Amino acid sequence: MDLLEYQGKQLFAAHGIAAPSGEVASSVEDAVAAAERIGYPCAIKAQVLIGGRGKAGGIKIAADRAEAEQHAGAILGMDIRGPHGEGPFRVEQVWVEGGSDIAAEYYASVILDRGEKKLLALVSAKGGMDIEAVAEEDPDALVKEHIDPTRPFTAAEARPIVEAAGLAEDVRDEAAEVLAKLAEVAASEDATLIEVNPLIVTAERQVVALDAKVTIDGNALYRHEGLAELDAESIDDPQEAMAREKGLTYVKLDGNVGILANGAGLCMSTLDVVAQAGGDPANFLDAGGGSKAEAIVDALTVITSDEKVTAILFNIFGGITRCDEIAKGIVEASAQLDLEVPLVVRLDGTNSEQGLEILAAASLPDLHQEKTMLGAARKVVELAGADG
Amino acid sequence: MSIVIDKETKLVVSGLTGREGSFHGLRNKAYGTHLAAGVTPGKGGQDVEGVPVFDSIREAVEREGANTSMIFVPARFAAPAIDEAIESGVETVIAITEGIPVLDMLKTYWKAKEAGVRLIGPNCPGVLSPGKANVGIIPAQFFDPGKIGVVSKSGTLTYQIGNELKQAGEGNSSIVGIGGDPIVGSDFIDILELYEADPETELIVMVGEIGGDAEERAAEFIAGEVTKPVVAYIAGFTAPPGKQMGHAGAIISGSSGTAQAKKEALEARGVRVGESPTETARIAVEVLRG
Repeated sequence: MDLLEYQGKQLFAAHGIAAPSGEVASSVEDAVAAAERIGYPCAIKAQVLIGGRGKAGGIKIAADRAEAEQHAGAILGMDIRGPHGEGPFRVEQVWVEGGSDIAAEYYASVILDRGEKKLLALVSAKGGMDIEAVAEEDPDALVKEHIDPTRPFTAAEARPIVEAAGLAEDVRDEAAEVLAKLAEVAASEDATLIEVNPLIVTAERQVVALDAKVTIDGNALYRHEGLAELDAESIDDPQEAMAREKGLTYVKLDGNVGILANGAGLCMSTLDVVAQAGGDPANFLDAGGGSKAEAIVDALTVITSDEKVTAILFNIFGGITRCDEIAKGIVEASAQLDLEVPLVVRLDGTNSEQGLEILAAASLPDLHQEKTMLGAARKVVELAGADG
Repeated sequence: MSIVIDKETKLVVSGLTGREGSFHGLRNKAYGTHLAAGVTPGKGGQDVEGVPVFDSIREAVEREGANTSMIFVPARFAAPAIDEAIESGVETVIAITEGIPVLDMLKTYWKAKEAGVRLIGPNCPGVLSPGKANVGIIPAQFFDPGKIGVVSKSGTLTYQIGNELKQAGEGNSSIVGIGGDPIVGSDFIDILELYEADPETELIVMVGEIGGDAEERAAEFIAGEVTKPVVAYIAGFTAPPGKQMGHAGAIISGSSGTAQAKKEALEARGVRVGESPTETARIAVEVLRG
């Protein structure tokens, strides 16, 4: 689960990391009122879960009321894409904060290093820009040091890292404190990524987090009540919200071929094979292990609520999942829902013969059986027609 | 031979008195696995269809000689259960549980390393050595004994490929599900090393997916340390960046963790990568038969 900038800053504040205070607003009127209270100059920042907001025009400084109104109007409702093609993300909220007097821009982060099975602290004196570009063009400017995940990380241990990164001498102690606190946020809030870019030094020589990018481990939300509430509010896609409610693992995509498979790996593989056959997947939906008939009805309800879907592929390899249960689910769903699109079904594995018999006996209209994954992908692409 | 589990395996199941734990534990027993004991704190002295239940894993080790532990307890109690297994004296811990907080696993990972205990999973289907033992939830009917070692991040995808190998007349030395979480006890490299040393394994099929860099690291390892042929499959070419595709670890962050990058890393090291599970099985059979 990714936090918006302002949520991350609130988390920082709770752990004693200095960050500008401000207000969140979802209308131009509220944004202007916030700016008036905060004073000028102030920053108006798009709250979307993606980097590169500045470049996309999602961060503006307002010198007066007229500019605050103009910038808030331009940013709210804007569609922002990430540097790697993520999104688009529509801006529903802006964060209004007091303008900062910037003397230097640094970079600091604490991330989970999956390969090394440790936390990794990264610090650079070259902040305020794309850190991946810094890493590529001037790798020595980015200092990386592993943190032992089995014990607390102290400011004394952080000190040599900020020194090696070449941060200004007079702020090294304070920067080391901030780095240690970022590690503390990771450990106590179950964050797998905390990135501050830029971490600024103000004209008064204070070290302040001017941005916050925080990812919280979804598996740990049960022990962070406040964060779990934010997570529940964060889903704005109607299909994803419906799937969440029904306990299904669903990701919305842009295409017109609805997809249901069992198991995350098989489902990803199914999307790939459909794409190879020339189709455009509409979703990822993992029905999970041991799915019963009701789960299939739920899954079909979610998939068909996406109006772009023109055909649906069921790709089931039954292990723990029994194909007869899946077939019963398909028959039940056909009775309960008004299915207007063709279904292509491939059932293999546990009880596949019984499953195929159930489907044959029901003689559902517009249901097509295929024996192989590849054959099923080709068939569903043909039935779905061009995406438009 | 086989890897991780075999006829010598004496299994203790944490969570044997639970619904899932008893279903799969007894299924493993029916397959021929030596199910030595179950563990549920407070239920010591009971039995599950004749299998003794103890209060602690250590007791199961001392009383029944258990050497392999399977963890089937709910996510929020699973990391302490794995820790208990690590400290109990077993050699191998196989954690099936899905949804364990990743920072808990980080600590548990290092505990296992320091104790010299082999940890497989979590969030994995377990290990099957056809004809010898089955620990976990892998449906054994899709696999025959044979010469191909399989190591995979995904369960159902493995069943799919295993079934195609079986239909082509080939079987497996072992099938190891390493799990799809960001932090797992054993990576591809750990299992590749075991297959390389296993005389029964002649070819290795490796099934990866988006997220992390375990496949890239495996490619390096294969180039330097593996003499047996390796055939790979990677799932998630169409996955959009920033979206978690089911498994907690299956996410492309920024420009790293893409299927394309993994495929290129493997191919650059001479590993053939199939376009689909079907093609992967076909290539494996073709390479095996020369």
